Amino acid sequence: MSQEFRLILKDADQPGYTPDMECYLRRGGYDALKKAFAMGPRVSPDGGTVSGPEKVRKEVLASGLRGRGGAGFSAGLKWSFVDRKSGKPIYLICNADESEPGTFKDRQIIHKDPHQLIEGMIISCWANDVKLAYIYIRGEFPQGAKLLNAALAEARAKNFLGKNILGTDYDLEIHVHRGAGAYICGEETGLIESLEGKRAYPRIKPPYFPAVLGLYMCPTIVNNVETLCHVKHILTMGSAEYAKLGTPNNTGTRIVSLSGDVKRPGYYEIEVGKATIGELINDPAFGGGLRDGRKLKAVIPGGSSSKILKAGEVFKLNRKGADGQMTKVDVPLLDLPYDFDSLQQAGTMSGSSAIIVMDDSRDIVECLANLGEFYAHESCGQCTPCREGSLWISKALHRMTHGQGRKGDADYLVNIAQNIQGRTICAFGEACAWPVLSFVKKFKEDFEARGAADEARNAADK
Amino acid sequence: MSFTVPAKLEAEIDELISHYPQKRSASLMLLHAVQEHFGYISHDATEWIAKKLELQPINIYELVTFYPMFRQEPAGRHQIKVCRTLSCALGGSHKLHDHFCTKLGLDAHKHGLQTTPDGKFSVEFVECLAACGTAPVMMCNDDFHEGVTSQKADEILGGCK
Ligand SMILES: Cc1cc2nc3c(=O)[nH]c(=O)nc-3n(C[C@H](O)[C@H](O)[C@H](O)COP(=O)(O)O)c2cc1C
Ligand code: SF4
Ligand code: FES
Repeated sequence: MSQEFRLILKDADQPGYTPDMECYLRRGGYDALKKAFAMGPRVSPDGGTVSGPEKVRKEVLASGLRGRGGAGFSAGLKWSFVDRKSGKPIYLICNADESEPGTFKDRQIIHKDPHQLIEGMIISCWANDVKLAYIYIRGEFPQGAKLLNAALAEARAKNFLGKNILGTDYDLEIHVHRGAGAYICGEETGLIESLEGKRAYPRIKPPYFPAVLGLYMCPTIVNNVETLCHVKHILTMGSAEYAKLGTPNNTGTRIVSLSGDVKRPGYYEIEVGKATIGELINDPAFGGGLRDGRKLKAVIPGGSSSKILKAGEVFKLNRKGADGQMTKVDVPLLDLPYDFDSLQQAGTMSGSSAIIVMDDSRDIVECLANLGEFYAHESCGQCTPCREGSLWISKALHRMTHGQGRKGDADYLVNIAQNIQGRTICAFGEACAWPVLSFVKKFKEDFEARGAADEARNAADK
Repeated sequence: MSFTVPAKLEAEIDELISHYPQKRSASLMLLHAVQEHFGYISHDATEWIAKKLELQPINIYELVTFYPMFRQEPAGRHQIKVCRTLSCALGGSHKLHDHFCTKLGLDAHKHGLQTTPDGKFSVEFVECLAACGTAPVMMCNDDFHEGVTSQKADEILGGCK
């Protein structure tokens, strides 16, 4: 039976543990930073020297750490894209926007263990020659912003921040920047525009890859809160030890946010891929199963933007056989390992690792209508397909949930969604199209039956 | 322009501006500071912030109209924000929103923010507040409330002076 494995949240929920620096220091806080600073330059076999920061970057790459914000992109690889020759300052931004519906993991870290994030950030900044960094926190976390500011002040007082940190020649300042209620600020280039004091209009890529043309058109690293915390543990454990956690290509731990129709919703930290979706939903250590008498209907596996999975679905996954050959095996939904690659092979994504469970009492059209309203509200409005399409989708779903469905609605919705995805500046286009495409594909009968019933009833009323 | 910013607030604002290599970056933080103090962003406040940051008023105005948290009108002293998004909807947020509206004599079906005539409360639906595991979730001013039953909702209202 799977269990939680707490690395990031090891201390957070311990009795008596507070966000104060004293607590953090008592548990070995900032030792990883000191370890990083102690990594002197090393002469490599070819005669060149590898600097301390370079060694940290190599460690992060070797750890296999993948971004915990949504796309699951290798953190080390992302750092390797940073333009270090431009002569411009390099910035680092911690993405604490946590706005993907279903997700509530970063809030645990910010509220309960802010110094862990700050230490992870300082190490990451040092490794990337960053002198000025920001934490972009969503506006709805005023307490979180206060806690972070208090923790930053403590870190400054102890010279973990500021000038000549701990006697080195390294200077760093970190500031908290608050958003103001717009989901699109989670998208990294929208976030950067917002941090520049503008509307959060995502930038077109290419050319505006943050690693080259980010904040103030300077090279910029944007990483999620949880990702940056992992950097600290990679330093503490060493990349080889760290990489033993989780599964190949899906290393480390991950905090899963579980919500919806389970007995024990909450956040659970697991080794990536070491628990299945079924275990997360049903095991007493996790979700504890559905409410009595209820059956599973569907699972949104990685935040509201990920494609929905239907109870009873079976997926074809690549598995290495005993002979080392890759073969395709059938894996039912509940046996899907919760990791980046398995979910991708199942046609969806682990996204922000937020699982929303729906039982058989739920009306799937109503659920999609709820999400449709979210996306229509949150489109930034730059691209016509997204701005108009998200609104049409929401209006059609509103109509359907108010007794005015039509037989052709399922196809109508799919048609709009297909005309959004791939035709927009940012991935919000996909984020709003995917729920529609997957809900309608997998529950087409629900949509069609509803439309047909409404049409028949409305015709009879005439 | 009758709009004046007290010295303490202006000092806070100058400190915020110093966090950024480019003044314009401080826009959102200034809007937050001003809204916290005055309750909303008036036309004069917009102009004041623009001047402070050496921008045109439109550069600030377009933020006020883009970011949902900024208001051009005063809201109630106690602002109740109920999460509307999926996990909370599954957990009963519509019932909770209805409950507040009924208690406060507001129309549960009306779109957007509503304020009681005495200016004490305003109620609105907002999108996912990142606490979905304890649905239904709401905020009352800066405080989070999770797993809010009707009884708990009444206690929250009762606690608002
Ligand atoms: C519409 C949209 C919303 C996003 N929201 C968030 C968010 O709230 N938090 C986050 O960390 N990443 C979010 N992302 C992903 C970021 O763009 C970015 O990839 C991430 O912060 C990178 O960090 P990581 O590599 O550490 O995961 C969002 C992306 C899109 C397209
Ligand atoms: S896809 Fe949507 S959210 Fe993204 S830039 Fe275009 S309009 Fe804005
Ligand atoms: S859906 Fe309500 S807090 Fe996330």
